[in-house]
Amino acid sequence: MSRQVQDADERRLARAETLIAAAFLGPWLLGLVVFTLGPILVSLLLAFTDYDLNGMPNWIGLDNFREMFFEDPRFWRSVRATAVYVGFSVPAILVFSLAVAIVLNRGSRMMPVYRVLIYMPSLMGSSVAVAILWRQVFGREGLLNAALAPLGLAGGSWIGSPSTAIYTLIALSVWAFGSTMVIFLAGLRQIPAEYYEAARIDGAGPVRQFFHITLPSLSPVMFFNAIMVTVHCFQAFTPSYVVSQGTGGPVDSTLLYALYLYDKAFRQLDMGYASAMAWLMLAVLAMLTGLFFATSRYWVHYGER
Amino acid sequence: MANAEQISEPGVAQRLLFSRSTVAKKLAFHGPIVVLIVALLYPMLWLVGASFAPGSSAVGSLPILPERATLDNYRDGWAGVGNIGFSTYFVNSMAISLISIVGNLFSCTMAAYAFARMEFPMKRTLFALLLLTILLPNQVTVIPQYIIFNALGMVNTYGPLLIPKFTAVDAFYTFLLVQFIRGIPQSLDEAARIDGCGHARIFFWIILPLCLPALATTAVFTFIYSWNDFLGPLLYLNSPDLYTVPLGLSQFMDATGRSMIGSLFAMSVLSLVPLVVIFAVAQRLLTTGIATTGAK
Repeated sequence: MSRQVQDADERRLARAETLIAAAFLGPWLLGLVVFTLGPILVSLLLAFTDYDLNGMPNWIGLDNFREMFFEDPRFWRSVRATAVYVGFSVPAILVFSLAVAIVLNRGSRMMPVYRVLIYMPSLMGSSVAVAILWRQVFGREGLLNAALAPLGLAGGSWIGSPSTAIYTLIALSVWAFGSTMVIFLAGLRQIPAEYYEAARIDGAGPVRQFFHITLPSLSPVMFFNAIMVTVHCFQAFTPSYVVSQGTGGPVDSTLLYALYLYDKAFRQLDMGYASAMAWLMLAVLAMLTGLFFATSRYWVHYGER
Repeated sequence: MANAEQISEPGVAQRLLFSRSTVAKKLAFHGPIVVLIVALLYPMLWLVGASFAPGSSAVGSLPILPERATLDNYRDGWAGVGNIGFSTYFVNSMAISLISIVGNLFSCTMAAYAFARMEFPMKRTLFALLLLTILLPNQVTVIPQYIIFNALGMVNTYGPLLIPKFTAVDAFYTFLLVQFIRGIPQSLDEAARIDGCGHARIFFWIILPLCLPALATTAVFTFIYSWNDFLGPLLYLNSPDLYTVPLGLSQFMDATGRSMIGSLFAMSVLSLVPLVVIFAVAQRLLTTGIATTGAK
């Protein structure tokens, strides 16, 4: 009898707890359904349709994908631009921020000042103001050419030339490496100094210490940073929009995937096609992150707890 | 190494050599860092200088300080294009950023409290969903979201920019807060529960005050993100009187020829001022606080 009362009490308590939890989770659940899960589903359906925001979507099966792969040279140019952008930016950001973090980690009274100054560009990296500045820096009469002129190396407009324009965008993304660097720095702080002492006693030089202590200890941070930077670079939009004034030019050389998707969806109102592009992007990103996770057990080491 | 030299009582020459080598060492350490920082910040400093140079005279010059300084660029730029001045854009941007902070703080803390401190069915599944949405590219959701807001007649209002903030769509902040709340000792809530407090009171009186650093981080990053956001306003705002600073700047860039480039520089500088101010105020939070959570 008393046992039953107790059980009933516990059930009532659990039910009350669930209700309160639902209240706390309410806003998020609403957003999840209306702004995330619902749209993902709709986007998947739209990928197989022709839809221009008027009337009803028209089911066309795999036509969007066929057009993308076989009939749209602009699509491939955007894939190419994005591959170059991601392929150069991600490794450069990771290597650069790790190197600077290691240097800064040596400790010095100036460290906090250095850290702050190096971090600053990453606050502004995605702003329109800096993209405008970039147009100037890499223009024909820009800062870069003014600096190169005394060396006799000044070229034409770096932004106006199809062979160099994408690299100015890469420079912009690498310029904002500070936030990644700060995360590496925090990771470096976690490595116990005794590891290095022991290694020194065993006669390990700086190179061996780097490969046998620093890199393995930092692998979880590297894993996190690699995924975040990759996802971030894949979605880059503002710099390519502003630097090319919305065109992705010259000759589509800065037409990043996200910019072309925007162009298709909101300028040409080809929402079905753009949804197909979005799903392809999701698939590629999921595969890449999957690859990171699948290979992580070979290169990511979590300390024994 | 230093010890060995001290033990052997170095002569004057040796001591000089020794001190010179520490100077060299210091130079070798600080030199490259300073060069790197100058290279990183030079374009920004140049922009500030160029914004005070008359007309387009700064274009093509390397030095930071202009030969002659004037405020004309600021005056002309502030007047804007057409009959909309930059003050309108600043007010709009500020309002959107501040309301976004309120929205994110409200919705993300509530969800985070539930995940960190409550028991409910499907908790693990929902938490996994939360984590997955952090990695979800917004290109996948942006088109259906536009269709929804278009159907609701909300295009060319601030609704599409603000409403999602009140539903914790920026899952990253929820995750950050969950991690933070998990670090607060559970014994505190238990004591409060014995005193008869329910979840609402524990949330408001115990958890929220202790979360202050995480709340501040969320607020600062929400501000920076909203202030810089370009795609959202570009999609949803059509009337120039609703434009935000980034949108206004980009319009200004398209509308002005070389003659107005000084004004464009001046307005670009102004658009960065709030970021620099918040950076100065919250710099410790940004460069050490985020490091442990990994915010971008």
